Amino acid sequence: MTIEIRSAPHIKAPRNVAMIMRHVVYSLLPVCAFFVYQYGLSALASLLVVTASCLITERLFVKTGTQAGDISDFSAVITGLLLALSLPPAFPLWMGAVAGFVAIALGKALTGGIGFNVFNPALVGRAFVQAAFPQAIATYSPSFLPGRFSEFVPSSLAWPLMQPDDLMLWLKVKQLDALAAATPLARWKFEGVLAGAEELLTSLSGHMAVGPSPLLILLCGSYLAFRRFLDWRIPAAILGSAGLTAWLLFALSPERFPNPFFMLFSGGLILGAVYMATDMATSPVTPKGMWLYGALIGLLTVIIRYYSGLPEGVMYAILIANAATPLIEKVTQPTPFGKSALARLGHARRGASYPLHPGYISREEAHAVTPKKRFLWNKPKHDERHKPGGTNE
Amino acid sequence: MKLLSWFRGEAFQRGVHPPPCKLTAKTPIRRLPFPPRVIVPLSQHIGKPPRPIVKVGQEVVRGQPIAKAEDWLSVPHHAPVTGVVEFIGLRPGMRGPWVESIVIRAHPGATQEDLWGEPRDFSAASAQDILQAIWDTGMVGLGGAAFPTHAKLSVPQQAKVHTLVVNGCECEPYLTCDHRMMVEWTDDLIRGIRFAMRATGARRAIVGIEDNKPDACDAIRAAVACVAPLPEGEIHAELVPTKYPQGSEKMLIMALFGVEIPAGGLPVSLGMVVNNVGTLAALGKLLPAGRGLTERVVTITGPGVARPGDYIVPLGTPLSFILDYAGAPDAQAKEVILGGPMMGQAAASLEVPITKGISGIVVMRAQDMQLDGERKIYPCIKCAECVESCPMGLNPSMLGMLAAKREYDLMGSAYHLGECFECGCCSYVCPSNIPLVQQFRVAKQILREKAAAQKSS
Repeated sequence: MTIEIRSAPHIKAPRNVAMIMRHVVYSLLPVCAFFVYQYGLSALASLLVVTASCLITERLFVKTGTQAGDISDFSAVITGLLLALSLPPAFPLWMGAVAGFVAIALGKALTGGIGFNVFNPALVGRAFVQAAFPQAIATYSPSFLPGRFSEFVPSSLAWPLMQPDDLMLWLKVKQLDALAAATPLARWKFEGVLAGAEELLTSLSGHMAVGPSPLLILLCGSYLAFRRFLDWRIPAAILGSAGLTAWLLFALSPERFPNPFFMLFSGGLILGAVYMATDMATSPVTPKGMWLYGALIGLLTVIIRYYSGLPEGVMYAILIANAATPLIEKVTQPTPFGKSALARLGHARRGASYPLHPGYISREEAHAVTPKKRFLWNKPKHDERHKPGGTNE
Repeated sequence: MKLLSWFRGEAFQRGVHPPPCKLTAKTPIRRLPFPPRVIVPLSQHIGKPPRPIVKVGQEVVRGQPIAKAEDWLSVPHHAPVTGVVEFIGLRPGMRGPWVESIVIRAHPGATQEDLWGEPRDFSAASAQDILQAIWDTGMVGLGGAAFPTHAKLSVPQQAKVHTLVVNGCECEPYLTCDHRMMVEWTDDLIRGIRFAMRATGARRAIVGIEDNKPDACDAIRAAVACVAPLPEGEIHAELVPTKYPQGSEKMLIMALFGVEIPAGGLPVSLGMVVNNVGTLAALGKLLPAGRGLTERVVTITGPGVARPGDYIVPLGTPLSFILDYAGAPDAQAKEVILGGPMMGQAAASLEVPITKGISGIVVMRAQDMQLDGERKIYPCIKCAECVESCPMGLNPSMLGMLAAKREYDLMGSAYHLGECFECGCCSYVCPSNIPLVQQFRVAKQILREKAAAQKSS
């Protein structure tokens, strides 16, 4: 008979990397389904092509031994789906494929694969195509176009290495040119038009050019947070700090700035807060660090949106915070048990069943005998102990 | 969700909730027959091993001292069976390397009653006498750490102890020996607590019990009510919310009193001494009879055992004998764990004997290991589960990365490696299967060797 020798602990929580990633994919499925319902064939093709491109790239780099991990762990699927959700639905498919390749190649394989990435891969891919194809990434087709399940928006099917046809021209031919082809954020920034709440929240009314539904993302994200597949602190900190900053500026000059509600629910903030910023590998592991990281993202988002030439700032805010993560972690290491101020002062915390010093011993007396801290080992000095006399036979 | 822990009123922060699996919580304690041979390793506890005082071929009776402690941090051993000393030399030890042991062949048919000790009356004994008597029993912490009990109960001269904390948490999954002892040997336990209170000068004792064992708490309260008021002071039993690793003395004190033992300090610095219920119950049994520690209660359990239960096992019984008796088919056993599944050791061989510090034997089959077949180790994905679960508030994720880079000095100096007490929470929750605790053990060992080398040079 053979018995195995393993190191303790011999039992394990039923959770592994693939399972975490799988659950994130499950939670994304409703969001993707609604996205396809909004935009039809083009969005479906975009989701499939970008995800396939991510998977193929991952496979390639795993095979060549460049990066750790495997495609069976579903992490590339998450990257692909999130990337597709953050791109315009009718983004040319070949550009989507490029985005997927760059996301995995530069965002992940370059640093060594799963867990080693410094920046969120999906956002690396998106940043690349935003720089490379500024025209295409700013062009949103309206949602709920008639006939969206029977034909592609022509920009989707642009020839590789070619720019897509003009969307406005196509809308004119279809006599739909009254519709908006710009995102609510861009319209607010460049035309001064504020979108209403119900349009933003549900993306159901009107033909707004918006991304996936924020409410649905919040719902799916709260499932993940409840199952502890993402840390609730990060979205809470992001939305809190973005909301606070936007509210402050709004309170200072309501005529210049939109209301905080619009800031929170327009553009990619909810998607970014719930799914992009909570990417485990690129966010801090320390609880305090998560709050700080989230606060930084929220603040940067609002600042970029208000004071830069760009209508949207979530992506850059998250990438900057990703870069700051090691530093944030360094300054927010958790306090070990017994080193807190409470421990030093000897004060009891709430929830004690018994008083510590029931008059038998004063606190000063108790602390007079606290051994001095010694490096690494807390063993008592035996020579200080009183030895009982006698023999032990 | 750690938010919930606040609402549940959990006593200490972080920690984990492994499945309890207390299969034997309701089975009474039974006695195991005597094996044909017992193997008594000399080193069964923290500190220096004692020196054998018997020769090969010598006849010994059960309870007779066979090894003598020569150092303050060391305890004597007593013969677990009546028989003949067959061999003194190297035998397989639980950690892998062979260790110096005394092998005694039991006389078939000899009465296996304790013939050595003589009852003593402790009514007028001083604290010194009690400590000496405890030392003579060879008692060590039966919870698993095996720290000599007389050393733990001797209070440094300048310290004052006001509270004796009795640790009845038994937070390890599967183990139920402390639970059964609290329920069945309540009177012995009370007696042991009184001895410990007299030895330390504590004026009250508090038994901390996890709330999955309410029957133990009721039993102790009822027994205390029968004997109260006691001259030694008052004895309370208190339920604390179940959570691993509550059995660590710092966590238990946090749960009961809401204070943190300062880092680098001991409970005695806040006027407390912590002892395991099993240890005190055994003391309550042995001291009045004047006997030595020759047997202990061991939980023999796990999915691979046909007749799980808590057995009184003579010290030195080989694992193979126990597993045959409890019905663990060889074909099924994949791993035999000495201690609990969270902190116990995997036995290197089935010829390993039961020692004073082994509180359980858990037999795991391949299908119960809850591991992926190949146990593939992924890179750290920084999910922060380990940070959320470390009861000492360390950053195992960072420590693990430093360990991978062999940055042991940095681990000790900047990331408080010395505070880690190897409870295994981080490895338990790690989705990447990174053997974090093992890495920390290695790192601590290396740092210890470095410190020793610096001292000697």
